[in-house]
Amino acid sequence: MSSGEKYVAAAYGVVFLMVLVYVVIIAAKLARLERETAELAELARRRQADD
Amino acid sequence: MSTSSPNNSLPKSRVPALAAAAAGLVGLAIFFAFFVAPEDADQGISQRIFYFHVPIALTAYACFGWGAWKALQHLRGKGERYDLESYVAVHMGTIFGSLTLLTGSIWAKASWGHWWLWEEDQLVLFLVLFLFYSAYFMLRFSIDEGPRRANISAVYALFGVVLVPVSFLAIRLAENVIHPTVFTREGPQMTGTMFLTFCIAWLAITTLAYALYRVELLGKRLDANLRELREALS
Amino acid sequence: MSYLADVATLARKDLRLELRARDTLPAMLLFVVSTLVVFHFALPAGADEMAAHGLLWVALIFTALLGLARAWAPERESGALEGLVLAPCDRSAIWLGKSLAVLVFLVAVQVVALPAFAAFFAPVGWETVAGVALASVGICTVGTLLAAMAAASRTRELILPLLFLPLAIPLVVGGVGASVSSEPLEFLAFLGLYDALFAILCWASFEYVVSE
Repeated sequence: MSSGEKYVAAAYGVVFLMVLVYVVIIAAKLARLERETAELAELARRRQADD
Repeated sequence: MSTSSPNNSLPKSRVPALAAAAAGLVGLAIFFAFFVAPEDADQGISQRIFYFHVPIALTAYACFGWGAWKALQHLRGKGERYDLESYVAVHMGTIFGSLTLLTGSIWAKASWGHWWLWEEDQLVLFLVLFLFYSAYFMLRFSIDEGPRRANISAVYALFGVVLVPVSFLAIRLAENVIHPTVFTREGPQMTGTMFLTFCIAWLAITTLAYALYRVELLGKRLDANLRELREALS
Repeated sequence: MSYLADVATLARKDLRLELRARDTLPAMLLFVVSTLVVFHFALPAGADEMAAHGLLWVALIFTALLGLARAWAPERESGALEGLVLAPCDRSAIWLGKSLAVLVFLVAVQVVALPAFAAFFAPVGWETVAGVALASVGICTVGTLLAAMAAASRTRELILPLLFLPLAIPLVVGGVGASVSSEPLEFLAFLGLYDALFAILCWASFEYVVSE
């Protein structure tokens, strides 16, 4: 690859990478949300059992 | 449009469709940028960076403007949601601003052999804006949640949009006196196909930014709802 | 007219407090002179007059920051800001009064700094003085509002420079340009524009910064 091509690849690659990093962040957030909703479901079940 | 209406039949969220549209448009833009647009006679292949770099910059400006608009709505007391929407818009703007700096720097290196050029007005402006909006986050996270934080963030966002033209003017003025211009570059003279590619890329990046904005808002509203649920249950 | 009377009262109160306490202004004066001396040692041998003019502005900006960090201290220490906000005066009057007081401090600093600079480095022309005057207005209007924001934050002194410096960049450009360029009027006009735009913005938005 000529140096020009390398720079173009780098520029587009950086954008692509940022989007992928975003995916990682979303995945982590989803995992946390899953944990939280599971806790809340447990709390709700206990509430129902108490009533 | 919103997923948080109080009645039982929640309207179906348009966010997945939006994200799909963004994905399709970006794919189309990449195809056009590499396979349809002709190679630039002067700059060679590195000119193709321009098809993403400029739309990303324009989108960053749009995000900051959008954030300021939402901030204004918040200050005028139009509703609770505007603080969050303003924050997410500024967040998007900062991400796209950073991308502008990164792609711009790579383009500068490809065109002129330097990773940074003080002569590039747009790059310098984005550097100033990056500093300004980074401070936005530091400010926001150092104030406890509440109306005070929302108000101050909103005022700061408004300062940002006034800063954009003022800084640009300052950088223009500074260029000729404080740092003599060594490199000059005329704006790209675009052929028809190049312009079409540019427009497609611009539409693609804008859609992508809006999709990301809506996704982040969704996530933040989810957090808020969960917190409410937790308080209600415990 | 009671608006201007409120402003004058508030400004006078701040100046009287400083006259009695005498802590901020002497510190700023000493700081600016020390900074100029440091710059003498920081400038390499062949550095020209123009570089020195640039450093003058660095000194002024950072001295202003020093003063601004203490701008709302009296209100914070006595809890008076909440009281002022509840008072029947227009909230923007609080900002204007405080800005005027800060402006007086800045002018006092410059009365010392400019002759010191002229003695240490290079003669100071009318353009520099005009630039300093115009920029001071910008510094005190924007700085006072940002200092109020910083006062609401947990990291007070730490965050004020971060908020202030990006907004100060156009002022530095205007000021240095006025001093060194062949068209000082362009830069002075730019400083005027900055002052007008941001003064209006500060005046309109201050009440949101201090209210809940």
